[in-house]
Amino acid sequence: MSTTLPSPSADGRVDDRVPLLQINNLQVGFHTQTGVVSAVRGANLTLHAGETLAIVGESGSGKSTTAHAIINLLPGSGKVTGGEILFDGRDLTKISEKEMQEIRGKLIGFVPQDPMSNLNPVWSVGFQVQEAIKANGIAKGKADIKKHAVQVLKEAGLADADKRLKQFPHQFSGGMRQRVLIGIGLSSRPKLLIADEPTSALDVTVQRTILDNLEKLTREIGTALLFITHDLGLAAERAEHLVVMYKGQVVESGPSREILANPLHPYTQRLVAAAPSLASRRIQSSSRKLTDLDYQASDVTEGLDLIETAEARADLLAAAKPREDAIVVQNLTKVYKIRGNKEAFTAVDDVSFSIQRGTTMALVGESGSGKSTVAKMLLRLEDATHGEIVINGTNTAPLKGKALLSLRRKMQPVFQDPYGSLDPLRNIGHTIAEPLNTHKVGDKKSQRERVNELLDQVSLPRALASRYPGELSGGQRQRVAIARALALKPEIVILDEAVSALDVLVQAQILQLLSDLQTELDLTYLFITHDLAVVRVIADHVSVMQRGKIVERATTDEVFDNPQTQYTKELLNAIPGAGIALRV
Amino acid sequence: MGGYILRRLLQAIPVFFGTTFLIYFMVFAMPGDPIIAMFGDKTPNPALVAQLRAQYHLDQPFIVQYFIYIGGIFRGDFGISYSGVPVGDILLRTFPVTLKLAVIALFFETVFGIVVGLISGLRKGKLFDASSLVISLILISLPIFVIAFVGQYVFGVQLGWARTTVGPGAPVADLILPALVLASISFAQIVRLTRSSVIETSSLDFVRTAYSKGLSRNRIVPVHILRNSLIPVVTYLATDFGVLLVGATVTEGIFNVPGVGNTLYQAIIRSEGPTVVSFVTVMVLLYLVVNLIVDLLYGLLDPRIRYVK
Repeated sequence: MSTTLPSPSADGRVDDRVPLLQINNLQVGFHTQTGVVSAVRGANLTLHAGETLAIVGESGSGKSTTAHAIINLLPGSGKVTGGEILFDGRDLTKISEKEMQEIRGKLIGFVPQDPMSNLNPVWSVGFQVQEAIKANGIAKGKADIKKHAVQVLKEAGLADADKRLKQFPHQFSGGMRQRVLIGIGLSSRPKLLIADEPTSALDVTVQRTILDNLEKLTREIGTALLFITHDLGLAAERAEHLVVMYKGQVVESGPSREILANPLHPYTQRLVAAAPSLASRRIQSSSRKLTDLDYQASDVTEGLDLIETAEARADLLAAAKPREDAIVVQNLTKVYKIRGNKEAFTAVDDVSFSIQRGTTMALVGESGSGKSTVAKMLLRLEDATHGEIVINGTNTAPLKGKALLSLRRKMQPVFQDPYGSLDPLRNIGHTIAEPLNTHKVGDKKSQRERVNELLDQVSLPRALASRYPGELSGGQRQRVAIARALALKPEIVILDEAVSALDVLVQAQILQLLSDLQTELDLTYLFITHDLAVVRVIADHVSVMQRGKIVERATTDEVFDNPQTQYTKELLNAIPGAGIALRV
Repeated sequence: MGGYILRRLLQAIPVFFGTTFLIYFMVFAMPGDPIIAMFGDKTPNPALVAQLRAQYHLDQPFIVQYFIYIGGIFRGDFGISYSGVPVGDILLRTFPVTLKLAVIALFFETVFGIVVGLISGLRKGKLFDASSLVISLILISLPIFVIAFVGQYVFGVQLGWARTTVGPGAPVADLILPALVLASISFAQIVRLTRSSVIETSSLDFVRTAYSKGLSRNRIVPVHILRNSLIPVVTYLATDFGVLLVGATVTEGIFNVPGVGNTLYQAIIRSEGPTVVSFVTVMVLLYLVVNLIVDLLYGLLDPRIRYVK
């Protein structure tokens, strides 16, 4: 971490232009039964016409709340309790709903976060674009509105827009829907576009093309862009200016590259260290015990560095004798028959790989590439059409009953969604002990002891055993899921997008935890992900999957330094912030 | 779509045989001898009893009775009630009355239920919402005969706006009061259902996106909130229409409506096999048709539901 102190006031130029958007000491509170909870506590930012500014922060930092406050669309009981939002000189916190309605859509466009839930499922896509155009008076008359809608969608990257106007949102992919939403947001050529994590729900390669397009469009139209993201790398790559928010306050702001090079606030320093897209080396597991990673302001810079400590373990691994393979997969193929369609769909096509005991292999690919199907076949949740899976020297295909149960005991999964994979009606202790019950391991007392031991291992307080999933944060839940997977002392853990749904800092903590557990318990990991950035910090070997086939297989360093196929290169290029030089 | 409808209609065939058989069996298994019961306190004449038994095929084994009955239905003959009237005639006389009553009740509960529920949902926690919740709770917890008697007393006796019982031919004007009574409980359910559905839809992301597009509230409420909220309400309305068609025994009894509920109740009391089975069969078939119409309506409300193959 650099300690040089540049002047925080950016480039030093004196700016006498009137800013397009200026937020002064904004306060936003939510009314709850126990009083007002403030979500934004004195946010300041300035955005000039035609410029790009990114607000960065983890969930709960108040970044989205700030954005929603601008167009007065705070959820539920949210209210602006102080400060001002000056847009073109007008204070948006003081105008009527009617005046705000005139501004929304017409002067300030909005692109929401999740393309899956932001289009009304019962109306056609064309209808939803056209009603925006009509409401803002961009075009008059049916034919004109339709023409405009097609044009807007084509700009946003839907080449066959005229044919697809009558289709419904569920007939569009996530990326296509986000293009529709971008089209809607820009349909009236607004002065400002607010993009609230516009691509975090999408595959990396799709993310890249969409952001490229968004950047091009806003530049052509001259729209200023307010971009909200939790990924510092993405923010730095896409925006000229950064505003870092933490717990409702702006902790740092200025030109992107400067902040990245010289983060001043400890929180920003942690963000820079933790961003997988910026960490260039594999995560290193030190044998030192994990301190409580739920950070407090005092020790923010400690314990979370994904970058610094790579060599020791890598050397250790290189020096160690090659060990036997824990998993061998040969010519694995899965064919699904599609109802009403003569052609079968080959989800996994002749896939072979092996994973040495105690190492991690990452299986990388976009959604639909077949990587999760491989995991399901390994776990025997699906049967393979052809090929064989050998685990610890045993072919798993013929296993039944008790033998299958003991295979599953040695091999445990952790899934993507920490909200969906825990039963909300069972407490944490129950959840972690469930595999022990299923496999009839130990009595009540020894099970309780094991649960405590597991909670210690994943650095959760023992008191959590009696709490329920609803009371836990996403990161804590994923730790619970990991503890549950470890309950039976497995040899192999299959991690299916286990960190994809988490915030960067939490992601870093979990990656660190996984790495530590691997050393401690001699685990073998199959790490499935769509995000190559994470791979660099966790995996020893990488297999890249595309349309059911493995297109590239090598050590992590080889894949990153010398990618062989075009597809891998695309995936690498899609990592946000990959092109930014860092002094770390 | 056509294939889907055809498949659904074919499904009705096993349902038809299953229900008729089950109902026929249950009526057959009911204790008591309907023929002896006809004589009341008088001593039955054995010759007459035997003749009646033969006339109603009661001397045959159960399974033969069933097939004689089913065979009759396919010839349009629903059998003869024990009072000597063809069951087909009773069906034709009572079903239109109940249908009229059901349609009026459904109209009231739909219109008022959705309007009140929508306003409550949009003004969650305000006075209107709180009072509509209290009223609907009262309506749900009151037994229907209490509502019926209160309605009869207030509107029929005190205010004199309506007749307390339904006159001959069951004119629509006479049916309004019983229909309102029938609608009251479902009205309360629909208010609550619409309210919670509207609240849920209002908090969905696409509603916020609709606002961000610059649309006015006057457009967002009907176009983006109400339409999406109606899907669960339509399900309820469909089942409720089915229940209304089956006839409301208590309400029909109190207002003396010559409808299905009343007649069926009498038939059950008298163990009149042919009448009971015929009524229930027609009800089941009606129910199937109503359900099919509702499922097709879903497709119109929600394009994600597709009926392919």
